Amino acid sequence: MSGGLGKLIKTLQIDTRLLGMIGAFVIIALVFHVATGGTFLTPRNLFTLTLQTASVAVMATGMVFVIVTRNIDLSIGSLLGIVGMIMGVIQVQILPDIVGFGSPSIWIITVIAGLLLGAAIGAFQGWLIGYLLIPSFIVTLGGLLIWRGGAWWVSKGTTISPLDPNFIMLGGATGTIGVTASWALAIVGSILTILFLINTRRKHISHGFAVKPMWAEYALGAILVGAICGITAVMNAYMVPTRILERRFAAEGLEMPEGYTEAYGFPISVLIVLAVAIGMTIIAKKTRFGRYIFAMGGNPDAAELSGINTRLLTVKVFALMGALTAIAAVIASARLGSAGSSLGELDELRVIAAAVIGGTALAGGVGTIYGAILGALIMQALVSGMGMVGVDSPLQNMIVGGVLIIAVWIDILYRRKTGDA
Amino acid sequence: MHKSVIAAAIVAAGFSTSAFADAHGITVGVSWSDFQEERWKTDEAAMLGALEAAGASYLSADAQSSATKQLADVESLITQGVDALIILAQDGASIGPALDAAEAAGIPVIGYDRLIEDPRAFYLTFDNVEVGRMQARAVFDLAPEGNYVMIKGSPTDPNSDFLRGGQQEVLQAAIDSGAITIVGETYTDGWQPANAQRNMEQILTQANNEVDAVVSSNDGMAGGVVAALAAQGMDGIPVSGQDGDHAALNRVALGTQTVSVWKDSRALGRNAGEIAVALANGTAMADIEGSATFTSPGGVEVNSMLLAPLPVTQDNLDVVLEAGWIEKDVLCQGVTGLAVCE
Repeated sequence: MSGGLGKLIKTLQIDTRLLGMIGAFVIIALVFHVATGGTFLTPRNLFTLTLQTASVAVMATGMVFVIVTRNIDLSIGSLLGIVGMIMGVIQVQILPDIVGFGSPSIWIITVIAGLLLGAAIGAFQGWLIGYLLIPSFIVTLGGLLIWRGGAWWVSKGTTISPLDPNFIMLGGATGTIGVTASWALAIVGSILTILFLINTRRKHISHGFAVKPMWAEYALGAILVGAICGITAVMNAYMVPTRILERRFAAEGLEMPEGYTEAYGFPISVLIVLAVAIGMTIIAKKTRFGRYIFAMGGNPDAAELSGINTRLLTVKVFALMGALTAIAAVIASARLGSAGSSLGELDELRVIAAAVIGGTALAGGVGTIYGAILGALIMQALVSGMGMVGVDSPLQNMIVGGVLIIAVWIDILYRRKTGDA
Repeated sequence: MHKSVIAAAIVAAGFSTSAFADAHGITVGVSWSDFQEERWKTDEAAMLGALEAAGASYLSADAQSSATKQLADVESLITQGVDALIILAQDGASIGPALDAAEAAGIPVIGYDRLIEDPRAFYLTFDNVEVGRMQARAVFDLAPEGNYVMIKGSPTDPNSDFLRGGQQEVLQAAIDSGAITIVGETYTDGWQPANAQRNMEQILTQANNEVDAVVSSNDGMAGGVVAALAAQGMDGIPVSGQDGDHAALNRVALGTQTVSVWKDSRALGRNAGEIAVALANGTAMADIEGSATFTSPGGVEVNSMLLAPLPVTQDNLDVVLEAGWIEKDVLCQGVTGLAVCE
């Protein structure tokens, strides 16, 4: 990049790949906005888009670690299926008889059971890979077949529905936190962001590192706070459909006041994605576990010789992937309001594509959490936008396939040019 | 040989003495393509019932989803001396050699549920085009005009287009007159509920919620559609489906789905058993009661019987209860004020 803009970006120390991905998303959104006659960039569609992206985004963050350690996980779609199915059975067929129908403990027990199951299956696959040295491609290819078959066996192919009403709030439009809480969250988020910037600057100074000029710090802070507030404003601009409000009032035997409106605010599933993204970024950047992951991905032999237990590390990475898949299973089945044996089919490919579009290198060692989430968002924007325009699914698949290949090609060109790993 | 064959052979041996009297020791061989599918067990029980009633005995083999194994299965059934064959084809296009072998041995063949494009096989199935008509009819009765969304099945499954064709037949006149406008139409990869939900969300956004009815080709996708409608407070508008899924029948009882077209596989199994016995006794294919000529997509004319499915709506939910297809507490979960559930 050349000229004043290039210099500005350099001074602000913003990742150019991140800028590129945001640019790609904006272009896709603008094209669809025109093609749909102005419905793509509406609060309603952006709100729906975040809901549609949530489950793949959660898994994509875990896939970054898996791919960075030079492994692959093909089993997550099936794993999502069997975990979702078992959580469905637990909350619909088992718990209501024990704790009573509609008890608030149902969703908590269900989610905990799902997380434990997901982590256990992931850890088991990780053990096969790390300790028995079976290639991850084979272990998880086997897992893809085994867990999908298992999902069928759990219910003999029938669909479990309707799910617990509290559980459903974790995935769908029924579970939003409202306008006030959304703004409160935005303010807390903004303050934490500013504190983080100040803290980083202080640390850099105390270690004698070079720091950005003060105006650049202010500009960066303004951009980040502006982004947080902008997203919040969009989520708060999507109004609850009048029919739903009328029903809610009618259910309580009240008349809806004339002109009453209410907005959604952040969906719980999107907050889960944010929490996972922040948590995973901290793990990647600030913990020994995270640094070991990237060290092992960069050079496994060197990592092992320097005393890292790469076998146990593999088990941990896959266990984490399993737990994240369980979270995705919660979101996916809650959004649908039911659990069927086809839940999560082909999700492994969507997740791998999201991670790769997000700049994770299949050769290992390189990858970012925010990249994977943006990758998932770009993929979903493409699919949803084409659905609105009326492109039929076979053609949709061809286009998404083409975009995947082109995105990776551009990434390779970029790396070659900048000399990045 | 598969265990079920041996077990069936033992059972068959036990029946043979009584069978001799009234059906002259007729044995019917059944070649299943993939017996691990739960639904075939229902079909098999109905078939056994019909065969027992006619005094015939039963032999079976499971091809375990392999077209090659199915050929060997059929040959082995012929060697064991069956008098009629029922074949659930794994691959209708590659079953030809099995038909040659059956013809050489003079054994009549019934193509069960899946089409075998060959005039030597009698085609027995449910009428998929009629399923589509029933779906559209039930929705059309409630929404004779307005904006329609068509949620079709997988683009790789020929049944998707059979269904869509039947739906079009019913709606054509209203579309021509302008009473009905199709505002969204989409295939659904893998018949997946989650894909149907996403497509429905996008269509609703694009149409600004101006949708009055949804013709969905099966129950699973109807579940996704209803979830998308519920997010807009629109659940309750007419939605169709098929299969008699338990979750869907519950939605019919709740009023969020209009119809689930139900194909009672026991009727299919019973008819297969009866036709097999009739063919083994020397009845010509064209003389089977209810037989008609069916022209396949490839232009082959085959003798066939297409059973009529049953549209299940709130008015006749008692049918699925009485048939033992679904338990009352599953059907009526969360339902109030419906006579069937009292």
